[in-house]
Amino acid sequence: MVEITSNTENNIMEIVIKGEVDASSSIHLDNALESAFKASDKILVNLHKLDYISSAGLGVFIAHLQEMKEKGVKMALFGMTEKVRQVFAILGLEELLTITSTKEESLALINEA
Amino acid sequence: MKHNITISCSKTNLTLIRDFVNATLSTYGINEIETHKLVLAVDEVCANLIIHANQCNTGQHLELGIDVAPGSQILFVIRDNGTVFDITKYNAPSLDEIVSSKRKGGLGLLLVKRIMDKIEFTTEKNHNICTLIKNL
Repeated sequence: MVEITSNTENNIMEIVIKGEVDASSSIHLDNALESAFKASDKILVNLHKLDYISSAGLGVFIAHLQEMKEKGVKMALFGMTEKVRQVFAILGLEELLTITSTKEESLALINEA
Repeated sequence: MKHNITISCSKTNLTLIRDFVNATLSTYGINEIETHKLVLAVDEVCANLIIHANQCNTGQHLELGIDVAPGSQILFVIRDNGTVFDITKYNAPSLDEIVSSKRKGGLGLLLVKRIMDKIEFTTEKNHNICTLIKNL
């Protein structure tokens, strides 16, 4: 089960993902990211409460990368637990995605010119 | 096998598989980070079998068995009787290919290969048998 909420402040959309993203629930993450790209070009993804993510969820982030680049959308992920960070690391996703420890660091990166 | 669970082939039952692997490995004192990776690898294989070998048909079943030889290895055996789906013959795409093709699949097997030490697939009568081995 995954719960996804979002709010926008100063034109920056923050998406909060709670729970587990797997083959069954990744469609919700996909829909949330799709909506986010349409609404904002600066997106923060808060993963403090993400307990689990499988390839279906990781694939959602990767599948949207090209589109984000084309549209000039900036996205940064922050707050991963060590368990979740290790999963991103197994695939080397730190090279492809912007990942930081804190919200402040993510904010600074997406606000860069 | 020492620890077994059988589920019907629905993606929503993947959570039962994960809870079972978590609970089983915790009784052997496998650390949390390692357990999390093993749960992920088993989840990926089961998801593939549920979706591609059994087309999410809840009338079909999938069985997972776990044997732990402390200090030596962990053996996971996944059996189902869907269509033959040999994950070891599937070439995992590179990350670049996945990004450029905007595809959402293909990462699962890459994860399984990087987490497990050995992956085998055999067919016995009407069963697919996928064996995953992690050396301790």
